[in-house]
Amino acid sequence: MTAAVLPLLEFTPPTIDYVRLLPFLIVMAAACLGVLVEAFVRRAWRHEVQVGLALVALVCALAVIVTGWGSDALGLADPIGPDQLVGSVMVDGPTQVFWLMLVLFALLSVCLMAERRVYAGRNAFAPMAAAIPGSRAEAEADQAGLEHAEVFPLTLFSLSGMMLFVAADDLLLMFVGLEILSLPLYVLAALARHRRLVSQEAALKYFLLGAAASAIFLFGAALLFAYAGSFDFDLIALRYDHGAAADRLLWAGLGLILVGLLFKISAVPFHSWAPDTYQGAPTPVTAFMAVCTKIAAVAALLRLLFVALGAARWTWQPIIAGLAVLTMLVGPLLGAVQHNVKRLLAYSSVAHAGFLLTGLAGALTLQSGLTEGQFGAVSAISFYLVAYGLATIACFAAVTLVQSGGREATELAAWSGLGRRHPWFGLVMLVSLLSLAGIPLTAGFVGKFAIFTTAWRGGYWWLALAGVLFSLVAAYVYVRLLVTLFFRPSDDQVELRLPGPATAVVLTLTVIGSLAFGLVPGPLADLLGQASVFLRSVHG
Amino acid sequence: MTFPWLTALAVLPLLGACLIGLVKAWPGRLVGLVTALASLALGGWVAWLQVSDAAVDLSERVGWLDALGSAYALRLDGMGLAMVLLTVVLVPLVLIAEWRTGAEPGPARFSSGTFSALVLLVESCSLFVFLADDAILFYVFFEASLIPMYFLIGGFGSDPVKRSAAAVKFLLFGLAGGLLMLFALVGTGALSARDGQITMSLTELAARQLSGSALSQVVFVGFFLAFALKAPMVPGHTWLPQAAAQSTGGGAALMVGVLDKLGTFGMVRFCLVLFPQEAHWATPVIIGLAVLSILYGAFAALGQRDLLRLVAFTSISHFGFMVLGLFTLTTSSLTGSIFYMVNHGLSTGALFLLIGYLVDRRGSAQVSAFGGLAKVAPVLAGFTLVAGLGGLALPGTSSFVSEFMVMAGAWSRFPLVAALAALGTVFAALYILWTYQRLMTGPLNEAAAERFSSDLPWRQRLAVAPLLFAILALGFFPRPALDLITPTSQTIMTEAGATDLAPVVKGVK
Repeated sequence: MTAAVLPLLEFTPPTIDYVRLLPFLIVMAAACLGVLVEAFVRRAWRHEVQVGLALVALVCALAVIVTGWGSDALGLADPIGPDQLVGSVMVDGPTQVFWLMLVLFALLSVCLMAERRVYAGRNAFAPMAAAIPGSRAEAEADQAGLEHAEVFPLTLFSLSGMMLFVAADDLLLMFVGLEILSLPLYVLAALARHRRLVSQEAALKYFLLGAAASAIFLFGAALLFAYAGSFDFDLIALRYDHGAAADRLLWAGLGLILVGLLFKISAVPFHSWAPDTYQGAPTPVTAFMAVCTKIAAVAALLRLLFVALGAARWTWQPIIAGLAVLTMLVGPLLGAVQHNVKRLLAYSSVAHAGFLLTGLAGALTLQSGLTEGQFGAVSAISFYLVAYGLATIACFAAVTLVQSGGREATELAAWSGLGRRHPWFGLVMLVSLLSLAGIPLTAGFVGKFAIFTTAWRGGYWWLALAGVLFSLVAAYVYVRLLVTLFFRPSDDQVELRLPGPATAVVLTLTVIGSLAFGLVPGPLADLLGQASVFLRSVHG
Repeated sequence: MTFPWLTALAVLPLLGACLIGLVKAWPGRLVGLVTALASLALGGWVAWLQVSDAAVDLSERVGWLDALGSAYALRLDGMGLAMVLLTVVLVPLVLIAEWRTGAEPGPARFSSGTFSALVLLVESCSLFVFLADDAILFYVFFEASLIPMYFLIGGFGSDPVKRSAAAVKFLLFGLAGGLLMLFALVGTGALSARDGQITMSLTELAARQLSGSALSQVVFVGFFLAFALKAPMVPGHTWLPQAAAQSTGGGAALMVGVLDKLGTFGMVRFCLVLFPQEAHWATPVIIGLAVLSILYGAFAALGQRDLLRLVAFTSISHFGFMVLGLFTLTTSSLTGSIFYMVNHGLSTGALFLLIGYLVDRRGSAQVSAFGGLAKVAPVLAGFTLVAGLGGLALPGTSSFVSEFMVMAGAWSRFPLVAALAALGTVFAALYILWTYQRLMTGPLNEAAAERFSSDLPWRQRLAVAPLLFAILALGFFPRPALDLITPTSQTIMTEAGATDLAPVVKGVK
């Protein structure tokens, strides 16, 4: 078919299936509406209106995804032709799963952002982000009780970028998604109310490194275009199938694109931004970044590697495996020597990137010997991401509560004895940290077990061994925090703020989730297993 | 659907522990004892159900995680039943023996109710392991048992500093073993999935052909090391003497009598049944380690000055015998070995309880702090002698039967090994009788005599007497136990693809 070879010469008007795209469109529309709200609604109402808008939009998106789950209208059964959605957005099973996860975790993050009670009646963000830190303008804005409510549309924009990112079936659109998700995050990271210089430094670092990573990604995409004559995943795969296997353009392009994506996953050696950014960014934003960005980037990586380069797996598997070992080693080792809880959680997030890559390296799919209904690479990684997301959001929600002198006290020493003094807080941290450590009867254990089994079945038994060993190092990180929480004498300077309703909901849901998916993982595993096959748009 | 008796059996102690934790108004140790006795009754009922009717099927299976082929599955076989009975018998006796631990001012960190709750938690975890028919379920409770035992060592021993160090060492060895097992478990799942369907059901796994690839060897080694750390074999034994020395007598009895059996039990369930070829491949090394444990444990026991450490080293020697019996792979040695697990629980349990009384009253565990006690406390001395003779496997005690079966099996395959192992029995006579001599006979140690002006009170006699009775009863009439175990060991032989050697008359070639 000529269209396959020279797609740019022939233009077929796309028939866009708006029903399938509805969740994405809702989020995008709500974000745009949020900008208008910021411009036209009275300052006193803005916060409430923005929170309401964001929550309604997310709940609607969630409802659309859930009601359409598995139905024929969503095309889970049939592959989608190239004429639909320009062959660029693929709303298949994994997209549904990752959209569901993204929207759910974004909902929880938005709850944290909307929290005002723990910050003495104001939200966690700078009163006037444009003012110079420490200047009079800032002090005045603070006294006037100003608040930034732009965080909500920014978050929705970022989320819509993520949703596009995970559904992109085309390198160019993937890049667009990457930028839509990144740019709002750079701004969000700079908005912390306290320690503004640290926050701005965090944002700048994230921006500079992120921009570089995006550029590298784009260059890689260009090289792949040169290789395949198309940005389309399917056409790249076709080109590979047609015998142009050992092309240097392919490997160079693949390598560069991997750099861009692994940066977002914060895999070693592209992780150095994570601790600084996680520490400096406002904690609710950190929670959103740590969970949703990771989900989006892992999902995009899965689609790129499985759909576009599935046939070339023998080449990228060892690369991913090597990086997985490196990441699982460096993350926990550096995490073990941190004295700041947010940095510790950042390195924990790096470590988990390593475990996720372990599952990816096995690349166990239906094509490589998986039986339907069992954990394969995609479903195991999805399960792991759910477990990681629940526990991580809970930890960052907990970080917002520990305060000293009206500011978050993130020094490890400040957390001494808090678990003993406040048993409910101790319980939240216990469940979440045990889940992160992968201790049985929590969701984290099931996720880890699934990931390692997948890696082994995919032929990487030594990677499973490395994963089990490094789990011990990672467990040390969490046990150290638990020991501080329960066995160190407590510091009276530090107070534990009572969570407002929003944070309380987040804490309750995440803890229940971590336990429930650990005790009864079957239904979630089945659900994820149903929708774990990437569809490939068919060109000729 | 029939009543889930096995779940009830394993959950009952857990409920008792929760009850102690939640209802502060009731005396914890009483609730604990009642629960333990109820478990004993339930264990007896389950045993009766199983034995009285060959057709009865108590196994349970509820889907848990199909994506990994894992289910909540319990079943009961002869070996499992033997271990279950040992556990439910030992636990109430430990609670009776330790009735006053934590109740009076002393070194204990927690209350007597907490002690009972922890013991019940250990019991529940062990029962789940003995009943598990799913590899992940096995693993979860195998690991979970570490936590209550950690607190039993770290919270109730005599020396507050040394006991926490011992508890940490116990925990670290346990965790290291658990990690190896987790790795091996992942491998088991992956190996089972070679034909597409992953499974974690132990019954199902035994039916699959997991054996015979290079990776099977890796998995086998993982399992074996994990279990060899648990049922301590030299050189992975160093945690046991330390942990035992820092426990109370009852804590040590529970740890060595029941918890360490999880190791040998796991060797049967995983190493022998799932990976017979690898077991065969590794037999020379394992038998070597077993003989090393037998001899090293015995030698080290001879050199101990601390009574609790002494008994711990004798146990290492006995674990050597059990492993020898398992990997010799004859019906008689397997039966003997599994029977040995029970007998060792009885005799070492009794010894630890008695040593616990001695240490408790004397305030010291040093052998030199005692002497001539038979004159002032004849019942105590008599009990110790019987328990000790059970430990050295004197004919007429149950250990003799099992040790003889192990040796006979070993002789048929590895005569030289059997000869070396026989040295262990000689040393056993030495360390038991010599210790008895130093404790109970000879000139009266005046300082000790003051503390032992009265003989054992009835409560302490009550705790030990059933064990001694069982040792003698099973020694003279081992048949019920052997009838229970033999079908299991025959099944294991079939699953492991091994056959007994035909009796050969040597020298007639």
